[in-house]
Amino acid sequence: MKETYRAVEVCDRVYWVGAVDWGVRDFHGYLTSRGTTYNAFLILADKITLIDTVKAPFKQEMLARIASVVNPRDISCIISNHAEMDHSGSLPWIVEAVQPEKVFASVNGVKAIADHFHMDREIIAVKDGETLRIGNMTLTFVETKMLHWPDSMFTYLGEKELLFSSDAFGMHLASSERFADELDDSVLEHEAAKYYANILLPLSPLVTELLHSVGGLGITINTIAPDHGPIWRKDVNRPLDNYAKWAAQKPTNRAVVVYDTMWESTAAMARAIGEGLTAGGTSIRLMPLKSCHRSDVATEVLDAGALVVGSPTMNNNMFPTVADTLTYLKGLKPKNMVGATFGSYGWSGEAVKQMTEMLRAMKVEMVDEGIKVRYVPDGDALAQCRSLGQRVAESLAEKCK
Amino acid sequence: MKKYVCQVCGYVYDPDKGDPDSGVDPGTAFEDLPDDWVCPVCGASKDQFEEETG
Repeated sequence: MKETYRAVEVCDRVYWVGAVDWGVRDFHGYLTSRGTTYNAFLILADKITLIDTVKAPFKQEMLARIASVVNPRDISCIISNHAEMDHSGSLPWIVEAVQPEKVFASVNGVKAIADHFHMDREIIAVKDGETLRIGNMTLTFVETKMLHWPDSMFTYLGEKELLFSSDAFGMHLASSERFADELDDSVLEHEAAKYYANILLPLSPLVTELLHSVGGLGITINTIAPDHGPIWRKDVNRPLDNYAKWAAQKPTNRAVVVYDTMWESTAAMARAIGEGLTAGGTSIRLMPLKSCHRSDVATEVLDAGALVVGSPTMNNNMFPTVADTLTYLKGLKPKNMVGATFGSYGWSGEAVKQMTEMLRAMKVEMVDEGIKVRYVPDGDALAQCRSLGQRVAESLAEKCK
Repeated sequence: MKKYVCQVCGYVYDPDKGDPDSGVDPGTAFEDLPDDWVCPVCGASKDQFEEETG
């Protein structure tokens, strides 16, 4: 193992010792089409420090990478920035293996680690703003409660102007390249947006607050090392500016039309609505749920100003896949959106009303109470749908002014 | 009126500000919040809040 897996230098005395997971595709309901990485970092200060670990199946690889630069038993401190098991999964094992002097986590992190692993070992709680001298270097801890868990925190290494940002500014992207400047911009933009949309969107007010408070700390950040995806070592303003933009949730002239269909009738309505939106000047994403994953719908919603949802009615309820995606979107709390609903039905037709109620509860500004059509839509019905699309486009254009 | 802190996520309920997005007017004491009121950040229930100290 030791000869095969090696540490990768991030900057002098700081190494990446994580793992690349090329094959993962279902990350608790998020389709990770490009796999991911679990990043862990080793700081070769006087007191050798490990920042985070990796998902449990990769623990041996991590240990091997560590061993390629130091004797693992020389690790003095382990910092857990986040208790979720993609980062803490190997914590109990590595603590056993290297017997560090001290293990640190945030106040909530100590509780979370206890509730995950029930370890027979003290974890020391660090407070927001607390510093830790690791010999010739100093770490500063920044609590980031609910970004995205109660236990989340950042660790800042002053001597290297390096921020270990846990899940923030990260993305699910497996690569052999470790740095963002080595990767394709359009891939980075897409995966960064997808990550924000699916993990951080509901916490946007906290993101805005965090960006202000970190600005106010008076620290210089030249490198951001997140726990997933590539490290930002050039142009750290890019991920910071993107987060400020996404957290502001300004409406854009884009619509997502998401739907499922049993016999292509709701689909026909969707396409007609799409025509109307396009004629009204709105850029659209039509997303049939047989083809699109909820996490990709969320990614499009991040950049959209309108959400139009369609469903057949089955056994008096909206179709299960639509309920799945709407529940998922509800949890992500998208703001500043306009919307509408539609669907074909056979006899009772409850779906449109249910979807309208749900979107209203999500604070989506409804342009209409919704269009429902019995069985197969005729020319008139499709014209109505087109007109609905145009009205959504008009409403959205007003909002975007 | 005392402030209360959510023990799950750290959100501070400030009675002077209330929680207008959830229909709670400024000036509402924590004790007077409805039983089913939850932390607007993380969803924790009232019993997970503690009075702010210091």
